Amino acid sequence: MPDASNSGGRVEFTGVTKRFVTPTGAAMTAIRDVNLIVEPGTFCAVVGPTGCGKSTTLTLAAGLERASGGSVRVSGHEVDGITKGVSFVFQTDALLPWKSVLANVALGPIFRRVDKHQAHAEAEIWLKTVGLNAFGNHYPHQLSGGMRKRVSLAAALINKPSLLLMDEPFSALDVQTRAIMSNELLRLWEKTRPTVLFVTHDLEEAIGLADQVVVMTAGPATVKAVYKIDLPRPRGDMQEVRFDPKFLDLYKQIWESLREEVDRAYARTTEISSVKGVSQ
Amino acid sequence: MSADCTKAESDMASVTIPAAISESTIARNAQIRMRKRKRFVLASQLGTFIFIIGSWQIMADYKIIDPFFFGSPGGIVFRLYDWAQNGTAYGPLWLQVWVTLEEAILGFCLGVVTGIIFGVSLAEFPLLSDILGPYIKAVNAMPRIVLGSIFVIWLGLGLPSKVVLAAVLVFFVVFFNAFEGVRSVDRNFISNARILGASRLQVIRHVVFPSAMTWIIASLHVALGFSIIGAIVGEFLGAQQGLGLVIATAQNNFDANGVFGAMLMIGIIALGAEAIMGKVEKRLLKWRPRAASDQTSAGM
Ligand SMILES: Nc1ncnc2c1ncn2[C@@H]1O[C@H](COP(=O)(O)OP(=O)(O)OP(=O)(O)O)[C@@H](O)[C@H]1O
Ligand SMILES: [Mg+2]
Repeated sequence: MPDASNSGGRVEFTGVTKRFVTPTGAAMTAIRDVNLIVEPGTFCAVVGPTGCGKSTTLTLAAGLERASGGSVRVSGHEVDGITKGVSFVFQTDALLPWKSVLANVALGPIFRRVDKHQAHAEAEIWLKTVGLNAFGNHYPHQLSGGMRKRVSLAAALINKPSLLLMDEPFSALDVQTRAIMSNELLRLWEKTRPTVLFVTHDLEEAIGLADQVVVMTAGPATVKAVYKIDLPRPRGDMQEVRFDPKFLDLYKQIWESLREEVDRAYARTTEISSVKGVSQ
Repeated sequence: MSADCTKAESDMASVTIPAAISESTIARNAQIRMRKRKRFVLASQLGTFIFIIGSWQIMADYKIIDPFFFGSPGGIVFRLYDWAQNGTAYGPLWLQVWVTLEEAILGFCLGVVTGIIFGVSLAEFPLLSDILGPYIKAVNAMPRIVLGSIFVIWLGLGLPSKVVLAAVLVFFVVFFNAFEGVRSVDRNFISNARILGASRLQVIRHVVFPSAMTWIIASLHVALGFSIIGAIVGEFLGAQQGLGLVIATAQNNFDANGVFGAMLMIGIIALGAEAIMGKVEKRLLKWRPRAASDQTSAGM
């Protein structure tokens, strides 16, 4: 199974801290002392309460932001500027509305200065892979949410990333479409086997897809626990895996761990607002 | 998935045939109503035109208003005919039109290009915009028409002074829109492009510029009007040819029909330019959802 694209893509966070400067000039810590290793070609899901710092973790791996402390390494290299060999799928799709679907998928090669015909030919192949070859000339707004997500996937995978970062990619979709997209993602992932770092709020999705699930604490986030998901691959249909007793067992364990953090994050926000309410 | 969907839809269609028929009837009725409304609007517009022009002519004929001050539609047509046949005091009529048009077009192009360049670069380099911001606001707050006098002194009575005045008027409109357009680009688009490997210039070319284009295009309508104003006012302030000069001369001669006649010419030019602009806009923004463009055309 291992191939050339499999050698890279190892993600290694060592004692990573990220502080932001708020618009008022104060500093706030988004994540602190995060230690995390994702082996090449494995699928890692990240769950945690809202606002804890999951997206921040991904932007650090992508090189969109620099860590304030600690070391972020991808494929053995210290991240410094945009990381080579990564693709990112955002929650709200980042398809350019003024470009056709085909041109959107072809962006990766175009940016690498591949000749336009060649780039479009490559994009055709990827559109076919996600089953949308008939929609190349459409504009993104003419597609359904699920179709746009598939285009986003094609646009991300055309660069043959060794690391695929996904930030709640399916959370804007309805439940049925989300299940379909999960299966689709697994199918595509099996083909090229990039390392995947996948942020989600949906624990079922996390367990169904991943080899390991990382639970993060309430913000400033750090890694609370890592669970190995030793369900056999290929997983097959997401809908069926859910009824596997092993799945249910894992779900219970991880949910216990996650719920504590969600409760803590919730208590903190209500505390803050009630204090504010009293002082006003 | 899509195959399943279409199958389900066609199944539904075959079950609910009566509903489908009534739907098409509704659609047809709506279309008929829309067509009727459109015809009514057009007829009313024509009626209003005839009413205004007609009463103007009648009131002038019966001396209810003084045709010496207010002119009359007949007089305007006669004046235009006279100009077309015998030329104005400064040469043939078409030459006056062409001179003004040339100044406006050159000023428009110059203003749009510099406006976009400055707008995009200042938005791309926040430090620069922080430093230059107050000066730009100060210059913008000044009544720029008076700059026309300076331009006439500097550049003389010929074409350049008018082109520069028109360009200055156009510049600020386009500049502020380009600036705002660049600043409001979705950060996700930029992040995504950078991750896909885009260089800074590629980000500008493929993401920032097209995104700002909606803002820029919105400003072009106003800019177009300003370019014509710039050319005319420039000619007012000092020129040897052009419609602005024709108006100024007519004014000095108390020739109301002459002023209105030149105004009519300018109006026709502006309408023509606006129509071309609309076509260009439609082309450039063809990627936008249909609903939005329908709304704008309905609002026109
Ligand atoms: N650019 C920024 N400037 C200042 N603060 C930021 C910035 N980006 C994120 N933060 C802060 O960092 C914290 C973590 O944000 P992040 O987006 O990583 O959370 P998250 O876990 O992805 O949340 P969610 O699950 O809701 O998406 C938040 O408190 C947020 O306000
Ligand atoms: Mg997030």
